[in-house]
Amino acid sequence: MSEIKTIGIAGAGTMGAGIAIVCARAGFRTRVFDLKQDALDRARSQTEGFLRKSVERGKLAGEKLPEIMAQWSGTTRLEDFADCDLVIEAVFESLPVKHDLFGKLDRICGPQAIFASNTSTISITEIAGGSGRPDRFVGMHFCLPAQLMKLVEMSPGLATSEETLARAWTVCEAMGQKPVKTQDTPGFVLNYFLIPFNNDAIRLVEQGVAEAADIDLAIKTGMGYAMGPLELLDLIGMDTQKLLCEAMHGVTNEPRAACPPLVKRMIAAGWLGRKSGRGFHPYADSKMYGA
Amino acid sequence: MTHSYRVVHSGDSRSFPASHAFIEQADAQGASRIFVGEGAGAAFAKAVELGACPFVAVELGHECLGVHTGEQKGHEGSNVVGFARFRLGRADPTPLVELVRQPQTRDAAIAAAKAAFEAAGLKVAVCGDFPGRIVDRLVRPYLNAALRRLDEKLASAEDMDKTLCLGLGYPEGPISLLERTGLAEHHDATHALYLALGQEPYAPARRAQVAKAREGRA
Repeated sequence: MSEIKTIGIAGAGTMGAGIAIVCARAGFRTRVFDLKQDALDRARSQTEGFLRKSVERGKLAGEKLPEIMAQWSGTTRLEDFADCDLVIEAVFESLPVKHDLFGKLDRICGPQAIFASNTSTISITEIAGGSGRPDRFVGMHFCLPAQLMKLVEMSPGLATSEETLARAWTVCEAMGQKPVKTQDTPGFVLNYFLIPFNNDAIRLVEQGVAEAADIDLAIKTGMGYAMGPLELLDLIGMDTQKLLCEAMHGVTNEPRAACPPLVKRMIAAGWLGRKSGRGFHPYADSKMYGA
Repeated sequence: MTHSYRVVHSGDSRSFPASHAFIEQADAQGASRIFVGEGAGAAFAKAVELGACPFVAVELGHECLGVHTGEQKGHEGSNVVGFARFRLGRADPTPLVELVRQPQTRDAAIAAAKAAFEAAGLKVAVCGDFPGRIVDRLVRPYLNAALRRLDEKLASAEDMDKTLCLGLGYPEGPISLLERTGLAEHHDATHALYLALGQEPYAPARRAQVAKAREGRA
């Protein structure tokens, strides 16, 4: 089993940038790819900012900051992933886009390299089908924000070899993350439970069972959850919830995963959640969407 | 503002199985009336001269408040509220009181009842008169789904619990929670909801049915 030293992260969005922090912080040579240079610049600046705050909070030794940043590099050329031992894809949820990316990577990377996808809803087996190396392909679903959340859902596809899963599992632990094994099914474990649960809470509002504040209070007090489902939805954003519903319901046809009509009405009204200043709850200190 | 109340005990109370400030603070001359215990609804039905009470609260089990107060084409509501302190199966009661209102329940009665519970350190969530109220309505489908997906090998029980605790900050994963608080008790609660709502996610999962069957044999 060859050692993993260099990790490529495809996609410098919020998720990719967070995964890159995890990799670089653990001492891996970390190469971040994005088509847009400004996305790379933003990811690098966010990484430095996050690490600086970690130093200020006493969670990271000051001398570690330049060491970690030295591991981090950005590129707009996929060819720079040629020496990567592991590539983690964190681009948006589109099967054709992922197939195109992995098809190119298969021609660029060495045969020893394993590929992983951070998808939360698309089948690992289906993505692996376009990778040219389905036996060396695995699901590694990090949680948002990756640099703070320890959980990684590890999902083998139908063709994933045991060695590939073992290598990915080992590197995940070396990153300081906590891997769990799940089946290759839409939503894996986390979103499989979360999306319908959140929809059920939205339907209670739709049906007039209770006000949003009462639902959140009941769940926090009765179940001991840190956040109520509608507070969490305001954080996730109604637009994101709609996309998650469509991705999951499109595959499973489970009625609880179907996007409730209220979500669509809230999106139309600009009530996206915290980011727009109004969701199920008002956020006076946030920017008002469309204002 | 004080909200004095009398407590009428009618059998074992699921909300207050042990001594609690809410019961201790009751006053035999209190203006409002609280019916607690498994016979609360029947005791309320027999009671007289409740119209002048600031509020009347009836402890509920799985049933709707309308079972005790009656319903009139959506115009039902008076000074009577329902309540239940949430507890999952065999677990101790939580500080949550789900306070049930009908469409025309007087706002003053709700406010008075809420203040009385809160004065005893409880937290109150107001909800309509629906089966399962808030928490059971939300968590029973989730718990059933967890049991079903465990059978379908989505992940091991330990990994499923670990995922939800680490990923969502839940204090306990669903499988561990059900093992601790009782699968047979989960069966009873979710079966009652399935009968009331007729929706498949509330149908007791196989493991809950097995636990219930074994309880019957014990």
